[in-house]
Amino acid sequence: MTEHSGNHHIMPLKIYLGVFLALMVLTILTVWVAFYDLGFLNVFVAVTIACVKAYIVLLYFMHLRYNARILWLTAAAGFIWFVLLTAFTVSDVLTRGWLPPPEAW
Amino acid sequence: MAETETSHPDHLAHHFDSVEQQRESASFGMWLFIAQEIMFFGGLFLGYIVYRIKYPMAFATGSNLLSIEWGAFNTAVLIGSSLTMALAVRAAQTGNNRLIIRWILATMLLGSVFLGVKVVEYKDKYDHQLVAGPMFEFDADYVLEREAVPAVYADDIDVHDPQFGSNVHLFYSFYFVMTGMHALHMIIGIGVMIWLLVKAYRKRFGPDYYSPVEMTGLYWHFVDIVWIFLFPMLYLMGRH
Amino acid sequence: MESGDTKRKHYLNIENTPQSWLLTLDHKRIGILYLVTILLFFFLGGVAAVLFRLELLTPDAHLVEHETYNRLFTMHGVTMIFFFLIPSIPAVLGNFLLPIMIGARDMAFPRINLASWYVFTAGGLFGLAAIVFGGVDTGWTFYTPYSSTYANSNVILAALGIFIAGFASIMTGLNFIVTIHKMRAPGLTWFRLPLFIWGQYATAIIMILGTPVIAITVLLVGIERLFGVGIFDPAIGGDPLLFQHLFWFYSHPAVYIMILPGMGVISEVIACFSRKRIFGYHVVAFSSLAIAILGFFVWGHHMFVSSQSMYAGMIFSILSFLVAIPSAIKVFNWTATLYKGSISLDTPMLYALGFIGLFTIGGLTGLFLATMAINIHVHDTYFVVAHFHYVMVGGMLMAFLGGIHFWWPKMFGRMYPEAWGRFAAIVIFVGFNLTFFPQFILGYLGMPRRYHVYPEEFQVLNVMSTAGASILGAGYLMVFVYLVWSLFKGRRSVSNPWCAAGLEWRVSSPPPQHNFKKAPVVDRDAYDYTDEDVYKSDYDSGGTSDG
Repeated sequence: MTEHSGNHHIMPLKIYLGVFLALMVLTILTVWVAFYDLGFLNVFVAVTIACVKAYIVLLYFMHLRYNARILWLTAAAGFIWFVLLTAFTVSDVLTRGWLPPPEAW
Repeated sequence: MAETETSHPDHLAHHFDSVEQQRESASFGMWLFIAQEIMFFGGLFLGYIVYRIKYPMAFATGSNLLSIEWGAFNTAVLIGSSLTMALAVRAAQTGNNRLIIRWILATMLLGSVFLGVKVVEYKDKYDHQLVAGPMFEFDADYVLEREAVPAVYADDIDVHDPQFGSNVHLFYSFYFVMTGMHALHMIIGIGVMIWLLVKAYRKRFGPDYYSPVEMTGLYWHFVDIVWIFLFPMLYLMGRH
Repeated sequence: MESGDTKRKHYLNIENTPQSWLLTLDHKRIGILYLVTILLFFFLGGVAAVLFRLELLTPDAHLVEHETYNRLFTMHGVTMIFFFLIPSIPAVLGNFLLPIMIGARDMAFPRINLASWYVFTAGGLFGLAAIVFGGVDTGWTFYTPYSSTYANSNVILAALGIFIAGFASIMTGLNFIVTIHKMRAPGLTWFRLPLFIWGQYATAIIMILGTPVIAITVLLVGIERLFGVGIFDPAIGGDPLLFQHLFWFYSHPAVYIMILPGMGVISEVIACFSRKRIFGYHVVAFSSLAIAILGFFVWGHHMFVSSQSMYAGMIFSILSFLVAIPSAIKVFNWTATLYKGSISLDTPMLYALGFIGLFTIGGLTGLFLATMAINIHVHDTYFVVAHFHYVMVGGMLMAFLGGIHFWWPKMFGRMYPEAWGRFAAIVIFVGFNLTFFPQFILGYLGMPRRYHVYPEEFQVLNVMSTAGASILGAGYLMVFVYLVWSLFKGRRSVSNPWCAAGLEWRVSSPPPQHNFKKAPVVDRDAYDYTDEDVYKSDYDSGGTSDG
């Protein structure tokens, strides 16, 4: 294996504290915004903020930023597979009512 | 990957050629485990999403019965514990054994605070017969008293409709299974940290060997990420 | 095992106390432990099959009543799928061979490897307990509400068994992927890997991304039963179809867990016994990955008549057709490999050829089933039963037997009796077709699966099927007997009895404890059969006598 995973990378304390503060700010933001009705954007905003927070945790706390591509790929595979599982199942749930049930003859 | 005939440290297993190879294998294995965990929780999230689409009003109402204050507090606690865990890993990287122990203890403490709050919340649900299962009893008056019905749905919902009540039951089935599964993961994590502490007291970790701390950290951060999604899904959506 | 010679130490004779086996971290011994365990489950599943095939000799219920019949076919399905087929090639041959084939001393995580066997055994014990305490009657699919609201059997025990055994599968998959990535010998690039490794790699992807979903699904069923929490319960608005989605999201890819490793075995065997490099190596390698990935997104074809949305059904139908492409690529490339090869029809090759034919039938009838209109006609009939047995038994079991014969000398240092081997392979092939081909016709004529009685006009075909099953069973028994015999009395094998390529043939038979004293350096592609002498002399480093 040629790819080198920079596990030794030691990050300065400042980055950790900054990441922590960013996560806190985003938490406050998501709570605050939840009390406003944004229509169909409600879910979108909540999930987006959660994704950003998760991404920050992945990048810095979990060191993915400094790691080999294969680890990226692994994490992404888990996430993409979940999205596909959901997309296909929800597509069934949403379109189930489009056709009326067959009538007896 | 040539044979390294030089030093063969204690922590290098016989079938690996180098410490580097061993460390990379460990972290790759851990990430695969996390991918596996994503799909494990993914099944639960999918169930939640499907039912949320089917019963948006009942789910929003059920969600409003949860305490947003406790939820937000717990989110902060868990993020804090992620920070202390990351600092424990950093302490291992820099070879500061005392700090490893201190930060792991801090992480365990914060994790326990989270679980304690969870107990308080569960107790509250128990008092109002909202625990999913045979003892679940939907109390329409309690819902009205808490003003849990979102304003946008106020005209569409009949809280006295038994069907509505049982859909709220469904919300609580997911609430308990999801938070329960998450709490179980935290308990396991805290258990692993006890093992880490023992190793740290014996001064096993240092800049050359800290994989166990790092892997536990990855696990702990993953559990944190799960909560980062659980919090808005269970507590926030439908709050307006 | 008495197979070792006295002069040379190898993994079998190095130490033979019970704890040296039960606490072993040696991937080869773990493979053997798995072999013994899954054979027990194969036997159990086989007994159930014999009993219900006997019941189906006559149109009426003579032997067992419907309750018992339901429990028998459930026992057959659960043990064969979760406790035999899924671990069969990966956990036995994969564990044994994977590190040797890539020139490593062991798996990346030997402890996890051993733990996987214990976890698997624990899961198996739960499964056994479910059977002993009266069985399960839901069918192997555990559909809600049969398994939840209306369950009247040991669903929780069986579900726990599957949940636990699932983690064994995940551990194996995790080990395979890390080992293949990180432990390859110098010079062994990705495109020099044997196709067996590619097959295991693709399988491992499914194990890691699919298995957790079935774990959480059966866990939810268990929780629903145990705590009365309604998750799939329509009474409180739950959706039983959600269960089917989650179930098939794993269980359809699980079909590929059961066939991809078999395809890997077949690639090895075909190349060796036609003395040729596999035609289109790269395409065959990538088709394994394509099957693994595409296979995840076709699950809805199990739900065409379940009130699933017709629009989702159409998409699933189209995607199901797509999976046929990489599968067909493999079949074409194997046949193209045979072309102008110098073929010898030893036992493993007979199984491999059988695999190609039977898998083709199984695969093509799969396309019938992926077509929505035909699916509605033959849904839940014996047509489906015949289809998946052509893939699972005609495919995977043939590959498993072929692989066991091919690597038997490597695993135990003894040759099996070749004449008996060929004879048994032919018996199994004949018995298999006699068992399952009539079921295509039965299904097409409308005989539903999972019933213990049937109209009289179906009797002739059912008798044929039962007769075939007896021949098939006799074939398996024959294999079992001569293989056990050969452990003690078989001719001793040299390192490379087939003059095959591949690193596993460069260590002695049976392999030494840590496989290689020095990591081998690989300087050639897989299946490089152009230079025949290479495989006879140079690499025969073993300490065995004849040759």
